[in-house]
Amino acid sequence: MTARSLARPRRVTIHPLIVRLCHWINAVAMIVMILSGWAIHNADPIAPFVFPNAITLGGGLIGGLQWHFAAMWVLFVNGILYLVYGFVSGRFARKLRPISLRDAVVDGIAALRRRLGHADLSVYNGVQRLLYAGVIALGVLVVASGLSIWKPVQFGWLTWLFGDFDVARIVHFAAMSGIVLFLLVHVAMSLLVPRSLLAMIRGA
Amino acid sequence: MNDETRYILSDAARGLDVPTRRLFLRNALGLGTLAMLSGCDVVDGLSAERVLGAMSDFNDRAQAWLFNPNTLAREYPARMITRPFPFNSFYTPNSPDLAPRIDPREFLLNVTGLVERKDDWTLRQLYALPRFTQITRHVCIEGWSAIGKWTGVRFSDFLARVGADRHAKYVTFRCDDNYTTSIDMATALHPQTQLCFWMNDAVLPRQHGFPMKLRVPTKLGFKNPKHIGEIAIGNDYTGGYWETYGYNWFSGL
Repeated sequence: MTARSLARPRRVTIHPLIVRLCHWINAVAMIVMILSGWAIHNADPIAPFVFPNAITLGGGLIGGLQWHFAAMWVLFVNGILYLVYGFVSGRFARKLRPISLRDAVVDGIAALRRRLGHADLSVYNGVQRLLYAGVIALGVLVVASGLSIWKPVQFGWLTWLFGDFDVARIVHFAAMSGIVLFLLVHVAMSLLVPRSLLAMIRGA
Repeated sequence: MNDETRYILSDAARGLDVPTRRLFLRNALGLGTLAMLSGCDVVDGLSAERVLGAMSDFNDRAQAWLFNPNTLAREYPARMITRPFPFNSFYTPNSPDLAPRIDPREFLLNVTGLVERKDDWTLRQLYALPRFTQITRHVCIEGWSAIGKWTGVRFSDFLARVGADRHAKYVTFRCDDNYTTSIDMATALHPQTQLCFWMNDAVLPRQHGFPMKLRVPTKLGFKNPKHIGEIAIGNDYTGGYWETYGYNWFSGL
């Protein structure tokens, strides 16, 4: 290391490289899973509507399934890596706790009154802590329910935990819906506070 | 297709890489140019299709690895049987009126390939085989599922009777409505895999596959062929009707 680089004031890394990589790989895989999942859903809708073909991936059931069962490996391996890192490094414990509905409501109201500061992006406010922990839980749920409808015999115990095949399908759809709602809020917030988007790209 | 043509086709197909094999098989089924021009391709661009095809082949191997020959599909009480049981066909329109009419007195089941006894079977002979009953869930690739009661001979027992090579890779089913599919030997030998002649305590109805269907509760519905006319044991990949369009071949549950 040269003297010059030592002299330069050290920028605090908010998101280490592994978190940023996991985040963007997950973003792509999750969007592929959601859009191809909509194509699969339309073959036998459980919601009282179908998704417009223009916003589905795969052009129908066959292509939808191919995308879904390809991207699932990316989502799964990347998700495991992220969870192991989050727990082992202590990042989850440091950044996501305490998780409290009260904090979320208080900080949420403050945000709506434009009284919530974003000066220190390395500390998550109550809304962020609840939403980020919540979407991680939804991610685990969407994968578990997905596995239980992909392999209801080999992972029969998992399907049994959800009740049965039909229930697991509904859980899978509901978890997806939750993730999509999160995504809408998350993208809107990152555009309102562009520095947070930059931090997830550059790290600081 | 006679044996010689089939041999030439399978030999040629083996020499090609997988996506080409799929296109080749699509041509072999006589759907070729029309299907490719009419946008039946999964995505625009051959490269995406190639990647997805490779992933589907990887998924075949992953599922074969996940498959436990001793894990049984859940059985249900009789009160949970789905009535009426849904009808679904590979032909369009999706109408039971188009199901083949098969004369039970004329019917013969052909057994071909790597078997010691290639004798044809009459329905009377098949009905005399030892039988068992299962109430299991049929899961369609479209997402719906239905519970039915199926009675027939354990397929592994049938394979033993005809002296099938249990080390062969594939069992192929050619059906009297021109449907075709194939399964791996491990699944063929699974204790719940059944050559089914009766459904819900009655002779298997015409729309559900009279005179017989293969009931595989460890695979998706399209791997449960109806109106079976020929069972072939072999080591060459034979694919199937829907597999040619891109449904995953193993499709295990």
